[in-house]
Amino acid sequence: MGKVLMKGNEVIAEAAVHAGCKYLFSYPITPQSELVAYMAKRLPEVGGLFLQAESEVAAINMVYGAASAGVRVMTSSSSPGVSLKQEGISYLVGSELPAVVVNIMRGGPGLGSIQPAQSDYFQATKGGGHGDYQIPVYAPATLQEIVDLMRDAFNLADRYRTPVYILGDGMLGQMMEPVEFKEVVNEELPPKDWATTATRGDGGPKLTNSLFLDPAELEEHNNHLQAKYAKIKEAEVRYESYLLDDADYVIVAYGTVSRIAKNAIKEARNQGIKVGMIRPITLWPFPEQPFIETRDRVKGYLTVEMSAGQMVEDVRLAVEGRKPVFFYGRTGGMVPGQEEILEKIIEMAGGEQ
Amino acid sequence: MEPRVVFNEDVCKGCGLCVSVCPKNIISLADYLNGKGYRPATVLEQDKCISCQSCAIICPDQVISVYRPERKKKSAS
Amino acid sequence: MELVFEKTKGLRDKTTHYCPGCTHGIIHRLVAEVMEEMGILEDTVGVASVGCSVLSYEYFNCDMTQAAHGRAPAVATGLKRVLPEGRFVFTYQGDGDLASIGTAEIVHAAARGENITVIFVNNAIYGMTGGQMAPTSLLGQKTATSPFGRDAGLQGSPIRISEMLATLDGAAYITRVSSHDVPNIIKAKKAIRKAFETQKKGLGFSLVEILSTCPTNWGLDPLESLHWVRDNMVPVFQLGVYKDVEEGK
Repeated sequence: MGKVLMKGNEVIAEAAVHAGCKYLFSYPITPQSELVAYMAKRLPEVGGLFLQAESEVAAINMVYGAASAGVRVMTSSSSPGVSLKQEGISYLVGSELPAVVVNIMRGGPGLGSIQPAQSDYFQATKGGGHGDYQIPVYAPATLQEIVDLMRDAFNLADRYRTPVYILGDGMLGQMMEPVEFKEVVNEELPPKDWATTATRGDGGPKLTNSLFLDPAELEEHNNHLQAKYAKIKEAEVRYESYLLDDADYVIVAYGTVSRIAKNAIKEARNQGIKVGMIRPITLWPFPEQPFIETRDRVKGYLTVEMSAGQMVEDVRLAVEGRKPVFFYGRTGGMVPGQEEILEKIIEMAGGEQ
Repeated sequence: MEPRVVFNEDVCKGCGLCVSVCPKNIISLADYLNGKGYRPATVLEQDKCISCQSCAIICPDQVISVYRPERKKKSAS
Repeated sequence: MELVFEKTKGLRDKTTHYCPGCTHGIIHRLVAEVMEEMGILEDTVGVASVGCSVLSYEYFNCDMTQAAHGRAPAVATGLKRVLPEGRFVFTYQGDGDLASIGTAEIVHAAARGENITVIFVNNAIYGMTGGQMAPTSLLGQKTATSPFGRDAGLQGSPIRISEMLATLDGAAYITRVSSHDVPNIIKAKKAIRKAFETQKKGLGFSLVEILSTCPTNWGLDPLESLHWVRDNMVPVFQLGVYKDVEEGK
């Protein structure tokens, strides 16, 4: 199909269609509204449907209904809207229903702003809703990566029967880049014989449900969910290592911030400071391996986020105190510039040069 | 005399609604308890039952089955 | 002897958890009988809400899903929009679920004309959580959270859902019936049947509001509760058909 220049929000939409998603239930919210408008035209072309809900609370529950019927379904929103969806997401987890939830993050808290941010990291990776659960979280950094990760997100959701987050930020959603939609070879996935499609011809009544009034039963259900998370943690971690082999210092950043950091890394190397980067692609499961491999030989880590410091806690956990972990962040929708990041690198390197 | 109305006494909760609607006032709660500790509804005078189904219609727990004598087939005219 | 009344196949063989005399049991049977008589038990997916009837998914003999509190109409929308033609979707909701936390969802499902059937059981109280005031509690009604009797100045007045939804063009059939005596139960079943037929014809949103009892939390015995519905609820929640596109009403 060749490359086409598209806006991030529309790339997310088209990528979902390519991944076989036919249904989107969403509510308008900046900075992801283009995704919704695109799907309103596009989904009918593939025999699908976009339905605008009366609220994000209704939207996530429409997703719950559609997922219960076994179709590929997604919802998209931005930070405040995703907050409203937390209860519904917890229900998707408890009822083991696959779905993709897109969060194009914006400045918070409260009504916040409409500029890009990464301040929903905790919400996505530490469980924004109630109960013990984890949700796989993909964090694309480029529009092409959105295309590739979207397919993996739907496959992972179906394979493990879980909701999956795609976490972008307002910049990713609004920027334009050439992308290519390669033909998707859909993975062999287990049949959805649990789906509530009415019982005509397929055995006894089925039930999708997260209520277990008997605590022993609910504990067993929780053990089953935790075993699922252990498998995901073992098999689905994704990250990018950038110039780590000879690095003395390591930047940790994801999404669009990682691209800004790469420029700072080039400049720092020009000034003789050997810096590399660990870029988590799955925010959960968090990639511990690259830290295990570097924490004994590098001198320090600098985590850069568009937040007041959230992923930095996972970095500290992974480094286990072996080396200092520094943090630099901008909030409110402010984007850290490469000069600021360079300054922090130099500071971290103790002004060696 | 085959019974016209049969009570599944094990599931009855002794709510008494059937007792209140029977036009013939022949339903009463037994003086013994069922497995769940409720006094199940019962009919002693089955012959007075007219199979009107009121008891079954108001029963919240699907306790009651109702029978009616087959109407004699009208002779083919 | 000819068997003229027996337990419907639309309900499973599990005795319900409902309190003795609670009319949930009757309403469950009416919905189940209608599905059985229309031959659609194998074509229907039911959506259980949250409240005493949350466990309805253990009683209805068809595919079921359990929705978050108030969200059943949205879940039903998602189901109905993706299931192939010829599938039926219904929700079974109490007044706490539908008329309080779920008002936005029910209003917009009706406004969109979702081709689903809503069974709305109104017993003017929150049952499962122990007798709190509901949006449908009557003025003067004493409950756990209106101990001095509901006061309009303090807690507002009862919401008449059927009249409210009937103003929406997407609503095809809206009626309020009652379960407080045999004749009304028979009428209620006819209404439920018509609601499912409305869905079958694809005419749009159908809702049957059924006045119901809560002996335990009303502090009345089952028979007194039926009378309480007749004497107190019916005057406030007038029975009747509030929308019927087939009759041009």
